[in-house]
Amino acid sequence: MSSFRENLRLALGTINSNKTRSVLTILGVVIGVTCVILIGSILTGMNRSITQSLEGFGVNNVFVQKMNMGPRNGRPSRSERTRKPISYENYEAVKEGCKVCSQVLLTIYGQTISKASYKSLEMLNPDFQGTYPNFPDVMNMSVRSGRMFTEGENSHSAAVCVIGNDVADTLFPGQDPIGKPVMVNEHTFEVIGVFEKKKQGSVGENSQDTTIAVPYETYRKMFPSNKEHFLAAQSMQGHLDEAVDQVRAALRRSRRDKYDEQDSFGIATAESFIEQFHALTGGVAAVMIVISSIGLLVGGIGVMNIMLVSVTERTREIGIRKAIGAKRHDITLQFLLEAAALTGLGGLIGILAGFMGAGIIKLISPDFPISVPLWGVAAGLIVSVSVGVFFGLWPAMKAARLDPVEALRYE
Amino acid sequence: MATANLEIKPTPVPPPAGVLIHTDDLWKTYQMGSTEIHAVQGVSISIRRNEYVAIMGPSGSGKSTLMNLIGCLDTPSKGAYWINNRLVSEMNDDELAYIRNKEIGFVFQTFNLLARATALHNVELPLIYNGTPADKRIERAKESLRLVDLAERMDHRPNELSGGQRQRVAIARALVNSPSLILADEPTGNLDSKTGVEIMALFDELHRQGNTIVVVTHEHDIAEYAHRVIQIRDGKVFKDEPTARAK
Ligand SMILES: Nc1ncnc2c1ncn2[C@@H]1O[C@H](COP(=O)(O)OP(=O)(O)O)[C@@H](O)[C@H]1O
Ligand SMILES: [Mg+2]
Repeated sequence: MSSFRENLRLALGTINSNKTRSVLTILGVVIGVTCVILIGSILTGMNRSITQSLEGFGVNNVFVQKMNMGPRNGRPSRSERTRKPISYENYEAVKEGCKVCSQVLLTIYGQTISKASYKSLEMLNPDFQGTYPNFPDVMNMSVRSGRMFTEGENSHSAAVCVIGNDVADTLFPGQDPIGKPVMVNEHTFEVIGVFEKKKQGSVGENSQDTTIAVPYETYRKMFPSNKEHFLAAQSMQGHLDEAVDQVRAALRRSRRDKYDEQDSFGIATAESFIEQFHALTGGVAAVMIVISSIGLLVGGIGVMNIMLVSVTERTREIGIRKAIGAKRHDITLQFLLEAAALTGLGGLIGILAGFMGAGIIKLISPDFPISVPLWGVAAGLIVSVSVGVFFGLWPAMKAARLDPVEALRYE
Repeated sequence: MATANLEIKPTPVPPPAGVLIHTDDLWKTYQMGSTEIHAVQGVSISIRRNEYVAIMGPSGSGKSTLMNLIGCLDTPSKGAYWINNRLVSEMNDDELAYIRNKEIGFVFQTFNLLARATALHNVELPLIYNGTPADKRIERAKESLRLVDLAERMDHRPNELSGGQRQRVAIARALVNSPSLILADEPTGNLDSKTGVEIMALFDELHRQGNTIVVVTHEHDIAEYAHRVIQIRDGKVFKDEPTARAK
C-alpha cells in the first residue's frame, strides 16, 4: 500500500505541472469560498456592530414603548398604531410592580423638533427629550463636563439642558458649551452639562450623541399635549428575565390588557434586540450559503470534468502503476487526493482572497467591525476539500478499475 | 446458481518443487462479436528457477497474450497457472497486483517509464506500492540503478536519457523488488542493434546472478541469448527445446 504522504506529494506535483489548467479548474471553488468568507465576515461585523451599539444602552435594562421594538417588515398594523400611549400611571405601576428593578426611568419625547441653534449655528433633528436625573445612570451614559440636572431643577421646571457629544461639536465647535444658551423652538435652555461620546456602533449614528435632555417637568410645561413616554427599567444584576416578567405584568394590569390579548406595548432588552438581529443575519447567511453552494457545485463539476480528462490522458501511467503492483485503492487514493488537493488549494486561495476583501472593506469603512470568522475559514477548507473528494470519486474509481492490459496498450 | 456451483472442477495438481512457472492447459479466448478468438490454446509449460527462456513466434501467434497471463496482468479463460507455488489463475484484481509487485519484474518494449518522474523515482515506484519506508526505498533504488550502471543519472527524467539508458532504468525498476521472475516483452524492439546487444548482455549478467528470465521476442538473434526456446504457433506450443548456449 502506498502512503498518504506519497500520494499527496504526487498530487501536488501533478497540479504544479498543469498550472494553467489547475487554476482554471479551481476558479469556481475559489469564488465560492471567497464568497463564503466575505459574507461570513460582513455578517460577523454586522452582529458585532449591533451588539456594540445595543449594549451601549445597558444590558440590564428592560425598555418599554408604545410600538413593538426590533426589526420589522412592513408598516405596523392598525391595532398597533392606535394603541394608547405609555402614561405616567403606567410608569408608576412599573415602579410599584417590579420588585427586582433597582430603578425606573421615565422619558418623554415625540415633539417634532427640526433644529436646535446657538447664534448662527444650527443642529438639525436633535433627539429632544424630557427626562429625570437618573437618565445617565440608567442609560449607561456619563457626563463629561458640567453636570446632570437635579431633582430640584426638575420640579421647578428649570430651563436647563444636558447635550450629547454631537450637539456640542456642532453648536459649540472649539468652545466650552457650559453656560451657553441653546434655542429649541423659541425656548431657550442653558447648557449645564455635556455627555461623554458613546462607543460607536457603526450602524447609523448613535442617537444618544444627538440628545438634548431637559428636565421632565420642563418638557411637560412646554409641550403639554405630548404624551409619548418611554420607560427604561434597570434590573438588579442577574434578574433580567424576572424584571421583564414583572414589568410586563405591571403594565398589562395598569393598561387593562385582556388576558387573551397580546401586549398593548413593546417590551425589549438589549439581548432580545440582539437575538432578533441574529435571526435576521442568520436568514441572510442561509441565502448566501445557497448561492455559494451553487458556485461550489459548478466548481465541483468542473473538477470532475478535468479529472475525467486527466484519467483518460494518463491511462498509460495508470497501466504502468497497476503493472508494477498498484492496487485499486492505491489508484483511487491517488486521484482522489489529486482532486481534493486541487479544490483544497482553491479553498486556500479563496480564504486568502476573503481575508484581502475583508481588509479592503476595513480600509474603506474603518468603523465597521468586520472580522473573518473562524467558522468561515474552517467551513471554506472543509467544504472545498469535500467538493474535491465528492466530485473526484467517480473519476478516481474509473481510473482504479482500468484493465492493466488495455491501459498499457493505450497510446 | 446452485447447479452451476455443483459443476465438478478437478482440483489442480500443484507443480513439483523447484518449478517457478507452471501452466496447465491454459486458454485465453476473446469474444469478437459472434466469433471466438482463441489467442492461447491449451498451453502447458513449466519453467524452473534460474532458467533463461525465450518465447518465440510470428506476429499474431499469441506471444503477448501468453506473456500477459504469465505476468499476471490478465486471467486465463480456462486452465490453471502457478507462480512460485501460488495458484494465481483464481485470483482477483488486487491479489494479482500483489503478485505482480512481489514476484514479477516487467521490462517492456516501450520502456513504460513515468515521463514526469526521475529515474530514481521510477525505480522506487514498486517499493512505494508495498509500503517500504522512504529511506530504505531510496537506498534500494540507488543500489538497483548502480547495478545497471546508471547511478549518476538518477535525477534525470526519461526524456533526458537515451533509449538504452531508459531500458536500463526499466530493468533497474524490474530488479528493485528482487522478484522471482524477470519478464521482458521485446526488450530490444525499440533499440538499435548495438544498444540491443548491450541490454542482452545485461540480461546474461542477471541470469548469471541467479535470476529467472523469460524474454518474449520474434527475433532469432535475441532468442539465441536464452538457454531454452519455446516456439508458439496459433496459440499453441509448437516446439520447446534448449538452445546452443545451454550446456
Ligand atoms: N484484446 C483482444 N481482443 C481480441 N482479440 C485479441 C485481443 N488481444 C489479442 N487478440 C488476438 O489474439 C491473437 C494473438 O495476439 P497476440 O497475443 O497479441 O499475438 P503476438 O503478440 O504474438 O503478436 C491475435 O489474433 C489477436 O488479434
Ligand atoms: Mg505482441
